[in-house]
Amino acid sequence: MAGIYIHIPFCTKACHYCNFHFSTSTHHIERMVAAIVQEINTLPFPAQDIDKNIETIYFGGGTPSVLNNEQLQSILNACYEKFLVTENAEITLEANPDDITRERLKGWRQLGFNRLSIGVQSFADSDLKWMNRAHNSATAADCIAMAYEERFEHLTIDLIYGTPTLSNEQLLINLKTAVNLGINHISCYALTVEENTALDYFIKKGKIAPVNEEVQDEHFHIMRQYLTDNGFEHYEISNFAKPGHRSRHNSNYWSGRPYYGFGPSAHSFNGDKMRWWNIANNVLYMDGIEKYQPVYEVENLTQEERINEIIMTGLRTTDGLHIDEANNKIGAYKTTPEAFLTFISTLRSYITEGKIIYKNNTAIINSEHRFLSDGIASDLFLSYD
Amino acid sequence: MKQLRNFCIIAHIDHGKSTLADRLLQTTNTVGERQMMDQVLDDMDLEREKGITIKSKAIQLNYNYTGSDANYTGNRKYTINLIDTPGHVDFSYEVSRALAACEGALLLVDAAQGIQAQTISNLYLALENDLEIIPVINKIDMPGAMIEEVEDQIIELIGCKREDILHASGRTGLGVERILESVIERIPAPVGDPEAPLQALIFDSVFNSFRGIIVYFRIVNGSLKKNDKVRFIAAGKDYIADEVGILKMRPEARDSVQCGDVGYIITGIKNAKEVKVGDTITLTANQGELINGFEEVKPMVFAGIYPVETDQFEELRDCMEKLQLNDASLTFELETSQALGFGFRCGFLGMLHMEIIQERLEREFDQTVITTVPNVSFKAITTKGENLVISNPSEMPEQQRLEEISEPFIRAQIITKPEYIGNIMTLCIGKRGIIINQGYLTPTRVELIFELPLTEIVFDFYDKLKSQTRGYASFDYHPIDYRTSDIAKMDILLNGDKVDALSALIHRSRAHDFGRKLCEKLKDLLPRQQFMIAIQAAIGAKIVARETISAMRKDVTAKCYGGDISRKRKLLEKQKEGKKRMRQIGNVEVPQEAFLAVLKLDD
Ligand SMILES: Nc1nc2c(ncn2[C@@H]2O[C@H](COP(=O)(O)OP(=O)(O)O)[C@@H](O)[C@H]2O)c(=O)[nH]1
Ligand code: SF4
Repeated sequence: MAGIYIHIPFCTKACHYCNFHFSTSTHHIERMVAAIVQEINTLPFPAQDIDKNIETIYFGGGTPSVLNNEQLQSILNACYEKFLVTENAEITLEANPDDITRERLKGWRQLGFNRLSIGVQSFADSDLKWMNRAHNSATAADCIAMAYEERFEHLTIDLIYGTPTLSNEQLLINLKTAVNLGINHISCYALTVEENTALDYFIKKGKIAPVNEEVQDEHFHIMRQYLTDNGFEHYEISNFAKPGHRSRHNSNYWSGRPYYGFGPSAHSFNGDKMRWWNIANNVLYMDGIEKYQPVYEVENLTQEERINEIIMTGLRTTDGLHIDEANNKIGAYKTTPEAFLTFISTLRSYITEGKIIYKNNTAIINSEHRFLSDGIASDLFLSYD
Repeated sequence: MKQLRNFCIIAHIDHGKSTLADRLLQTTNTVGERQMMDQVLDDMDLEREKGITIKSKAIQLNYNYTGSDANYTGNRKYTINLIDTPGHVDFSYEVSRALAACEGALLLVDAAQGIQAQTISNLYLALENDLEIIPVINKIDMPGAMIEEVEDQIIELIGCKREDILHASGRTGLGVERILESVIERIPAPVGDPEAPLQALIFDSVFNSFRGIIVYFRIVNGSLKKNDKVRFIAAGKDYIADEVGILKMRPEARDSVQCGDVGYIITGIKNAKEVKVGDTITLTANQGELINGFEEVKPMVFAGIYPVETDQFEELRDCMEKLQLNDASLTFELETSQALGFGFRCGFLGMLHMEIIQERLEREFDQTVITTVPNVSFKAITTKGENLVISNPSEMPEQQRLEEISEPFIRAQIITKPEYIGNIMTLCIGKRGIIINQGYLTPTRVELIFELPLTEIVFDFYDKLKSQTRGYASFDYHPIDYRTSDIAKMDILLNGDKVDALSALIHRSRAHDFGRKLCEKLKDLLPRQQFMIAIQAAIGAKIVARETISAMRKDVTAKCYGGDISRKRKLLEKQKEGKKRMRQIGNVEVPQEAFLAVLKLDD
């Protein structure tokens, strides 16, 4: 089983913190859709031999909801023709609140989308304005209610915390609003200042206060507490779900299943040791595809790199890192016994410190310390030269 | 010997010594343009960039004297040796030996800059050696040339007549011929007894990877032939003169070198340590005396040098040994540090020398090193009456065992414009200096003499002096004596663990201030870790300063967007790599920069 990711690289407005690949000039949409369809039809070389059974399709971006129904349809059709999409596949569309109308919801439903990911980010106007989002808080609440009415019961929203404009109280209001609206999956992201974003620039210029780690940490704990109290499972660093509502598509990323990525900047993985990704430039992508030239860059992972990925992704989730499984699958001990033993002893000290919980051969970062997971994962990485 | 002249050029950095020297070579047809290029390329690139001549060299010019006297009937063919001198205070002993090999010196002064402190101190060295001084105002082509004012300064300084001062421009060649004529007319020919036992003064040496050490000397008495059995008197070693010769653009072998001349000798010596500047070469069979003025070079500043990665120690040792082959003034011995592992305790002539060594390690040997807090060497007397020399904080006895400790003082000479006197006073007094004298050289030029503890100029004195005077100050110093002082050892503790590499020997009155600054700096440089870090500065058990770094709260990137696992893995690998390069002190990871913190303290 594999997944498909489609990257729609257009947004109507640039959010200050965003470093995703997108363009705000939308006059290339038609040509882009054609290029993506063509990429699916021809399949890039590394993708030829991967499992064609598809259980998730995810339209991300950018803002996929800027596409009209015909455009979405043509991409979906290409997927159905080229792949074997299973009966109960999860088919997700990312949508921004300002694009959501009853009519569009009905249309998406008809096209076969059964899950919506709504970029709410916050229910506070001051916050939304600070982020330069295109919608306001009232729109956000309204569109969620509407989506439920249109039978999108698998609905997830994005929230951003740790912005200077977000108080603890407002964070709780955001969470409460979401819970009261009946949402059963929430992705919560700590505001991250990425290089070369407007936010980065404003902070460097001293126009905006730098992100405060302590506040973010506090928010993280408030959120974790509130959501787990309300029946959510904190199944991945940034993801909370009611039982049965985890995102199947994203879970594939962590569990190491193969996925195809189409569209500029989209990433793919063959499920073994090869990753490739498309160029993050709309015009170069379209030109290349139209001329049947490769638009991707390939990375062949070494054994150690693959092991490190497994460590990293495993530790992000509550499913954790299955030591034996990882070892059997990859042969970590066999290939690099010394490095593996170092790994084990580092692991042991984290277990003693209580930062990692270890049971049934599985290492899970204690959810309280998940805010430090990068440091922990990198400590556990096998070192090799 | 009548047709021979030996001279050197005394000049402050940038006053145009190299340019003028090049001109002299051209004018006497010693080099063609092509060779000039090669010469430039041959030079150690470090030397070029620092703008100072690190290693003194010598070159022989042939000059046809036509003179002002049309009826001149004497022999017109002269041989002139130009001996180059290093231009920085750290190397003043080497300068004095180069001067001792000459009968005269050009005192070269930039027409726009006037006389600087270093010019003066080198001039004094020249006068001590009884050299004939020919003052030359250089760069007279410059629009800012203040010829008359500089003449006044020179007259004031050496008491010569205005007519004795030459004017020249190394750049345009103006006055260069006149300089050569004056060298012949005014500088005496060497005197010496060709029949006496050989006495040749070593003024420099260079390392050649094929030939070993090439030793430069000036014959004072006697002569030296190829295959002579020679003795280096102070070193107490005998060698065979495998090759002797004179110094043209390249060394040129000869059967012998005559009395009064400058030349080189190759004996197959591989280690620069055996060749001591100021030593005398004589014949084993017919021995002369050691020429006066020889001194063992003594390192003034000490610091630890460690490899960045502990497993690179052997490689570093190799490089240090190679470096020492051509820099005998560098001393080092094995040292271990809990924080940094195996390394070397090194002795340098001064801070500049230390910088040069560090840079040469990096550039010529590709070694990135950690240098620890530099210190001078102190003398201590214990309660039991033992005399100790302390050139490393770890050698400092405990307070109870210490009867008395003394620190080296220097005499510093600073020349500046009158408007900066106030700033310099504040700076030097703040550095525990004592003003000895203040005098006007000219109405726009003041000379200040201070006595200062050497340890105070080790840190940031030069930079401060420069910034306090907008660069209008020149500085020179020489050591004078040791004085009783209240020196203490200050330790830095991270979560209670001592970081030996950050210990420093400082004056007790400085401890609080220095400790506070160091703790603050470390607070900036240490990355947050998963727990809190206490940084303390302590003298004995007494904490003099303290800072804390709160625990890291967030170490996670929220989003793994669209399955971009690679980018994230690489980020974490980089994070791991970064940690690997850090040194572990107790449970605290310390990046290299932290060890250099102390060199970069500011107010
Ligand atoms: N205008 C002018 N500039 C000169 C003259 N001689 C040297 N310079 C410049 O002064 C600077 C220092 O010269 P250099 O010979 O390297 O000085 P050194 O440090 O004393 O060897 C260089 O930029 C030269 O080009 C001169 O006669 N006239
Ligand atoms: S809508 Fe999404 S992709 Fe577009 S700029 Fe905002 S955050 Fe970035």
